[in-house]
Amino acid sequence: MIARIAWKNIWFKPLNTLLSIILLTASVAIITLLILLEEQFEKQFDSNIDNIDLVLGAQGSPLQLILSAVYQVDAPTGNIDYTEAKTWMKHRFVQTAIPLAFGDNYKGFRIVGTTPNYLTVYGKGIKEGMPFSKNFDVVIGSAIAAKMNLKIGDTFFGSHGDAAEGELHENHAYTVTGIAATTGKVADNLILCNIQSVWAMHDEEGHEHAEGEAQNHEHEHDEEAITEDGKEITAVLIKFRSKMGIVMWPRLIAQNTKMQAASPAIEINRLFSLFGIGLQALQYLSYGIMFISGISIFIALYNTLKERKYEFALLRVNGASRLQLLWLVLIESMLLCITGFIFGTVVGRIGLSLISGSSESEFKMSFNPLEFVWQKEGYLFGLTIFVGILAAVIPAVKAYSLNISKTLANA
Amino acid sequence: MIVTKNLSFSYGKNAFFSFPDVAVSSGSSLLITGGSGKGKTTLLHLLGGLLRPQEGEVFIDHTNIASLSEKKLDHYRGQHIGLVLQQAYFVASLNVLENVVLASWLTTGKKAKEKALQLLQQLGLQDHLQKQPSQLSIGQQQRVSIARALINEPKLLLADEPTSSLDDENAHRVAGMLAQLAKQYGTALVIVTHDQRLKDTFLNQISL
Repeated sequence: MIARIAWKNIWFKPLNTLLSIILLTASVAIITLLILLEEQFEKQFDSNIDNIDLVLGAQGSPLQLILSAVYQVDAPTGNIDYTEAKTWMKHRFVQTAIPLAFGDNYKGFRIVGTTPNYLTVYGKGIKEGMPFSKNFDVVIGSAIAAKMNLKIGDTFFGSHGDAAEGELHENHAYTVTGIAATTGKVADNLILCNIQSVWAMHDEEGHEHAEGEAQNHEHEHDEEAITEDGKEITAVLIKFRSKMGIVMWPRLIAQNTKMQAASPAIEINRLFSLFGIGLQALQYLSYGIMFISGISIFIALYNTLKERKYEFALLRVNGASRLQLLWLVLIESMLLCITGFIFGTVVGRIGLSLISGSSESEFKMSFNPLEFVWQKEGYLFGLTIFVGILAAVIPAVKAYSLNISKTLANA
Repeated sequence: MIVTKNLSFSYGKNAFFSFPDVAVSSGSSLLITGGSGKGKTTLLHLLGGLLRPQEGEVFIDHTNIASLSEKKLDHYRGQHIGLVLQQAYFVASLNVLENVVLASWLTTGKKAKEKALQLLQQLGLQDHLQKQPSQLSIGQQQRVSIARALINEPKLLLADEPTSSLDDENAHRVAGMLAQLAKQYGTALVIVTHDQRLKDTFLNQISL
């Protein structure tokens, strides 16, 4: 009954209540969003660097190399010589070395030349159909199959570069031979083919463009006969047999070649510490909002106390104990906080699903709004309740220590 | 039944009140009159356990309420003392019926809805049960507070200037209802007032 009176009371002043709830909702929503983002972001980033100890690529920004080769979100740093890379790929430290060659995309999805090993090491194999064996055979990620409605046997033309608006390669169509199993990682949004397909596509293009100037260029029609000499790839993903490689290679590569070896773990840590500042600023902001909502609850309770002291005196006259009045005020504050918390967690998750929509199209990264990070969200709930108690403590004590005789006599 | 002995109370040094002994038996009524500053409200608060006397005793059916602990006193007051004030106060967010029922819940833990309906009907408020108290006229509000004061069938009904903000017609009506209900429920009724209009209704009177 006390709770019922409290409930009726908070809705008796709907505007005050609404203000308090909106403020609480905003702060809880932002913090929830941050908690979920941080958690899932790190998980996603970490899951994608499983089995990658180092990335071998052209010199330039190591972070860029990692972002482009591992996460497929940035432009590559440049190309490396395949023959040179191969000598390192056969190094005795190396357990697996998977070459990547970028060049084209289909409607914004990258077409990556690699070996069928990519799917076994970084994916979960093939769900339907066969791995690519011939030039221009492709295996598409499960997310692409679903979004582009592609089936085995379908064909499509790629466009040059990273942008969907790139020049169309109309000479050769790719044929879908397989669909990769869903992994929840970047592989779901990639189109995989063999490296020769990437070379073949661009050799011919290059030839046609150069036809006018170089008449004696030898036209290579036989797809199978593309030599590896002088050909370039974009990067190599390396997993070592011996962890010595992680320590030694970056310097070895830098001293002996024109390439660089970048560690995804280190680069991602660096990226997180950069993000960290922004996330922290947002977190402080939301704690600030929570503080303000605490003050707003306090002011609302304190202000109405003046009008309500007769009401409290009356409850005492009718047999309510002082403790019941204390509860009444506390419960009112708690109700606001709990309502705000519930709305906040829901709004935060709606926000996350909106972010997930745009991040998936831009960064091939999606978030799950239905995940619960129990521990951190539990702390957040505790904090919300604490704010509620803190805001109510002075008004509640005032209600508790009300002098009923004086209150009623001065009426 | 209520009996007081040698009651006195002071607000600091300047205001000292010593009250004559009062005895009202169940079902009868007493009108206490006096000008302002004579301690009418103080006496009423002493009788109702809202104030503790400096000296003297207040017995309600042989319980000395001045000796009860704060918590017990709250409970005792809710159960055995009904209070009607000059201005009627309500829990503004609850409707008329809920306000009356609330008084029964606070003391017994049970909601005496039937009783509340019956009382409100007897007081002519059956058409206003779902209204907010603030929507009623002052006379109607006063009648609701009488219903609320009687819901637990108290041994003592105290009224502090119950009629002074009412017009003649309403004042007589409220006074009549108080007298009649006190008799009906076997409640000792004490009214403090300076309202001369009540002198004809209540014959048992003392003046401070």
